[in-house]
Amino acid sequence: MDFGLDKKHEMARSLFREFAETEVKPLAQEVDETEEFPMETVKKMAKAGFMGIPVPKEYGGQGCDPLTYIMCVEELSKVCGTTGVIVSAHTSLCIDPILTYGTEEQKQKYVRPLATGEKIGAFALTEPGAGTDAQGAQTKAVLDGDEWVLNGSKCFITNGKVADVYIVIAITSITEDKKGRKKKNFSAFIVDKGAPGFSFGTKEKKMGIRGSSTYELIFEDCRIPKENILGPEGKGFPIAMHTLDGGRIGIAAQALGIAEGALERTIAYTKERKQFGRSIAAQQNTQFKLADMAARIEAAQLLVYKAAVAKATQKVYSVEAAKAKLFAAETAMAVTTEAVQLFGGYGYIREYDVERMMRDAKITEIYEGTSEVQRMVISGALLK
Amino acid sequence: MKIVVCIKQVPDTKGGVKFNPDGTLDRAGMLAIMNPDDKAGLEAALRIKEETGAEVTVLTMGLPKADDVLREAMAMGADNAILVTDRVLGGADTWATSTTIAGALRNIDYDLIITGRQAIDGDTAQVGPQIAEHLGIPVISYAEAIKVEGDTVVVKRQYEDRYHELKAKMPCLVTALSELNVPRYMTPGGIFDAYDKEVTVWGRADLKDVDDSDLGLKGSPTKIAKASDKVRKGAGEMFVLDTAEDAVAYIMGKLKEKHVI
Repeated sequence: MDFGLDKKHEMARSLFREFAETEVKPLAQEVDETEEFPMETVKKMAKAGFMGIPVPKEYGGQGCDPLTYIMCVEELSKVCGTTGVIVSAHTSLCIDPILTYGTEEQKQKYVRPLATGEKIGAFALTEPGAGTDAQGAQTKAVLDGDEWVLNGSKCFITNGKVADVYIVIAITSITEDKKGRKKKNFSAFIVDKGAPGFSFGTKEKKMGIRGSSTYELIFEDCRIPKENILGPEGKGFPIAMHTLDGGRIGIAAQALGIAEGALERTIAYTKERKQFGRSIAAQQNTQFKLADMAARIEAAQLLVYKAAVAKATQKVYSVEAAKAKLFAAETAMAVTTEAVQLFGGYGYIREYDVERMMRDAKITEIYEGTSEVQRMVISGALLK
Repeated sequence: MKIVVCIKQVPDTKGGVKFNPDGTLDRAGMLAIMNPDDKAGLEAALRIKEETGAEVTVLTMGLPKADDVLREAMAMGADNAILVTDRVLGGADTWATSTTIAGALRNIDYDLIITGRQAIDGDTAQVGPQIAEHLGIPVISYAEAIKVEGDTVVVKRQYEDRYHELKAKMPCLVTALSELNVPRYMTPGGIFDAYDKEVTVWGRADLKDVDDSDLGLKGSPTKIAKASDKVRKGAGEMFVLDTAEDAVAYIMGKLKEKHVI
């Protein structure tokens, strides 16, 4: 068993770190303050190949493995949680399902411009009345001649307004089982920005990841070509769940990066900050807290990397992804909260990164399946 | 068209310089990077490649671990890489280094050779011009712009307050300044490809038309008596002001601030 990275992964990490420090870190505070989507950074990431890391070269990607992609999200999130989730939602939630379930024509048409970063992707499952209970969704799609007609709305959509391609989950039929209970059958669709009847609702004002363009999507008799159904009709729910398994590894990497970034800053600060005539790093209270933070982070990293490798080598990796996301998200929250505490009053001030990181960390316990959902997935497998 | 870029792995001096007790550089204690002038030279070569379809080969002399910097160059877009490494080449000064690199270059075809102006660990700026001298080709140093026109290369050669535009027939050698451009990032896919490729490794036996007496520590006329860190001078400030009056007012203000007048 070898826990070390090989040379190419080490070099990829050094690339992501250099890019994050040079291009992303200087803007992180501004992105948070202004709540503006960092489009220039995304263009730079596109040029550097970061928008299609785990995508085969034949579809315009970099041809790397999921672990390399995960390390990219991790390194970006160390300095800016917003930038981390932009790449994660684009790659895991939009490109991945098209690669997995798309026809050759769909892959050629959609994956190539997404992988090169010419286009940005998003994924729309959540609705106002359907979060953890995704089955409660109301958005419908009806086939009318050569077109699907979508009606309904989706909320909290990451990359909401900036995306060009959306994976939308909608009900395509309702059937009754033997006992007369109604069951919704979902299908997945690829929707282009600009489709007739597709518009945007309110922009959400968020606690954290404030630059990530979170919007409501509205479909009013939205018409898309018949061939834009993704995968078989009626299989939208398993497609969404499988997509989220991959997405969770991306969010776990984001959480891991936020925690690592907070620890780095806390180490530097506690060495400089003097109280009672010596640095607070010289106090045992600080030392023990730093030790706990570091140990938790490394445990989270092992789970996240294990899940990334599982995605490359196993057909099903739901439990690995759930464990990684659960532990990394809760680590991010615990570590950033402790970081703010060690910074004292300064930690509560916006000028210091740890304040933003604590706000950014919270969402990792909520989106792409709350921590409670991850516990359901893990225990479900244990008690099967 | 064939371009060879000579690159060097150097210690990253950004975080300060570390020395061994004997006064030599503690290379193990410092991160190794591609010398910045060389990286700009590589970027210039890659831009020429994009325009003309040129083939870009990177070459370095160094320890086996200099393999890293060659992989980095390939991850940026270089086509081939050559590592010249041999125990007998160790301890080389600029003369022995340029002799070695020229010996390696005699094995391959080239139209244009690009080196960095100087390496941040030695700062001599001698190796590039010496290679050209050994090979008997023209050299243009301190390039702040490089353009290929047919079988010639047009270079802006930088001076403190002006530049010369020089045209030379290829083959020739150009030394590049880090101000030449902003080098591109590697790509993740480029990194994976770089590790799938072979790096050509040459030793003493592969060097053409060189004498043992010109190689390694033995062949180095320069001996380093002592090396030490020094207190850095602050970086200069540059101000561009619209009028002479503004400039005078600014200078007077500064002189008063420093109690000179």
